[in-house]
Amino acid sequence: MPTSRITDTFAKASGESRAVLVSYLMAGDPDLETSFAAMCALRDNGADIIELGAPFTDPMADGASIQKAGLRALAHKTTLADTLALAARFREDDKTTPVIIMGYANPVFRMGFAKFAEAAHEAGVDGTILVDLPPEEDGELRDAYAPYDLSVIRLATPTTHEARMQKVAEGASGFLYFVAVTGVTGAGSADPQAIAGNIEMAKRVSGLPVCVGFGVKTGDQAAEMAKIADGVVVGSAFVDHAEKAHESGEFADAPRGMGALAKELSEAIRTVAKQ
Amino acid sequence: MDLRNTWDQWPDANGRFGEFGGRYVAETLMPLILDLEAEYRKAKEDPAFKAEMDDLWTHYVGRPSPLYFAERLTEHFGGAKIYFKRDELNHTGAHKINNCLGQVLLAKRMGKTRIIAETGAGQHGVATATICARFGLECVVFMGETDVERQKPNVFRMKLLGAKIVPVSSGTGTLKDAMNEALRDWVTNVDDTFYCIGTAAGPHPYPELVRDFQSVIGKEARAQIQEREGRLPDAVMACIGGGSNAIGLFHPFLEDESVRLIGVEAAGHGIETGEHAAALNGGLPGILHGNKTYLLQTDDGQIVDAHSISAGLDYPGIGPEHAFLRDTGRAEYLSCTDQEALDAFQLCTRLEGIIPALEPSHALARVGEVVKELGPDGLLILNMCGRGDKDVFSVAKALGVDM
Repeated sequence: MPTSRITDTFAKASGESRAVLVSYLMAGDPDLETSFAAMCALRDNGADIIELGAPFTDPMADGASIQKAGLRALAHKTTLADTLALAARFREDDKTTPVIIMGYANPVFRMGFAKFAEAAHEAGVDGTILVDLPPEEDGELRDAYAPYDLSVIRLATPTTHEARMQKVAEGASGFLYFVAVTGVTGAGSADPQAIAGNIEMAKRVSGLPVCVGFGVKTGDQAAEMAKIADGVVVGSAFVDHAEKAHESGEFADAPRGMGALAKELSEAIRTVAKQ
Repeated sequence: MDLRNTWDQWPDANGRFGEFGGRYVAETLMPLILDLEAEYRKAKEDPAFKAEMDDLWTHYVGRPSPLYFAERLTEHFGGAKIYFKRDELNHTGAHKINNCLGQVLLAKRMGKTRIIAETGAGQHGVATATICARFGLECVVFMGETDVERQKPNVFRMKLLGAKIVPVSSGTGTLKDAMNEALRDWVTNVDDTFYCIGTAAGPHPYPELVRDFQSVIGKEARAQIQEREGRLPDAVMACIGGGSNAIGLFHPFLEDESVRLIGVEAAGHGIETGEHAAALNGGLPGILHGNKTYLLQTDDGQIVDAHSISAGLDYPGIGPEHAFLRDTGRAEYLSCTDQEALDAFQLCTRLEGIIPALEPSHALARVGEVVKELGPDGLLILNMCGRGDKDVFSVAKALGVDM
């Protein structure tokens, strides 16, 4: 089922001949109040879609920044229910910005896929990216989402060859998240030239908007990616502001720093026309 | 579906043992594990693969391992006859090498030049480093910082063998974190790297292939006991961390429904204290490290650290086939505390002149009760899956002896 807020967001950006900015933050890092302020700051400074990380003890696809962010959130006892409540609070005043929950399967499995789907729908969440639920394993999740306007957003990577891409595209909705580097979040930097062909293929095979993430940190990098993709995802670079705020104890610095970065990235994206 | 008619038919095409198992990995790894599965199917049919493995098992590892009648321990308990399957006599001192050899031969077939592994106690790391030295392959071993500290002799052995040790400080610095870090390395180095998983867990096809390589234990034991006693045993027993030695012993007996299969988990300070490693007796189903299985976790699905005196059992999960065998009732799973394992370690050492590793000491601690249940006409095989040389320092410490 297409998710209207997500579809509208891509349609609007497409009308402006630009890519969307997807920004990631970890729920509860350094605390939930700060996360809420950060979500608003991201939106106010040009982030089109907000990815809300749900903390997990064993994030096997994440690099050091997001691992530590998760542990900070867990140190404050942030639960999956808290993450959903944070999304719901944001949705009270914002009826248009898509909110995607990104995390790992186990907390959702423990809550129960059906119960989670209902709660996510109630909270105004638009979809999820569960890193360790590949197409082979997300059947129960898709069934649980079917009654609601919730997207199953899947990952594709440089190792996803065309036959595999068909499997990835089947049953996926919202957009496709293309992982630019073979590696963990925040590691290395992505080379737009090397993946341009993969992204073309992903768009063609899936028929979905394709967003590129992993290894995008600066305005220049975002602008380069914005030429070839429908959206650019930035995560670790935002999360680093939460880390600094945690270390200094000045939590208000987190939304401020994240907002400034969102502004830089969204302006950079707007300087280039999508090809 | 009557699961009991099909014990040895698992996993199914989706890598499931009933509801457990599967392939819960990031998309980057999916093509790799699908390739691995395809290559494994081919290798299984290839006589040259089996021939090379058999030759190395015989002349390098020292298989078959003996089946030894533990006469004095049997007298001590006054119940069923106790046999030890002596996999502690293998090259490198544990069963781990059975699997490493198989996986590294697969890696070679696939043209991979770099082998990574996780290790807790260091036995799987040593076995992997050993086989890599034998074949001249680069070897990188991920080991939790806490374990690097408490397993110094094995760290040095791995270095002597030419392996690079990567101490893992993320998370809590134990086996599960080492496994996370190995998976992170694998998603980063997909082209040249083979991940040699040490236990019968992880994404499909690992639980199946580790089980198949370790099943040499049960196949030999099944033939040996029939030669010695003219019949099948009444029970076979093994300790369980991830469960590779246990599934290797159990699997060839699955269809022999008269044979009780008994696994013993590490209860640490006692399951009621919450400080233990007994995923089946004190955990809930969940998803971690590529498979659905029983896990130590909170109500919110966060993974809880395991505790055991034995670093080899100190893991919050368990292989998915054990989860299946437990839920279907085909196998029984007991548990044993740190203290009970220490007592059994000393008893076996004095009575049999065999210093067991702390891991099989857990199974030894429950053997007395089982042989009494079976009675003097009974027959039991216990898998002596590792030798205790590596543990003498931690045992001395636990006993308050200053070496």
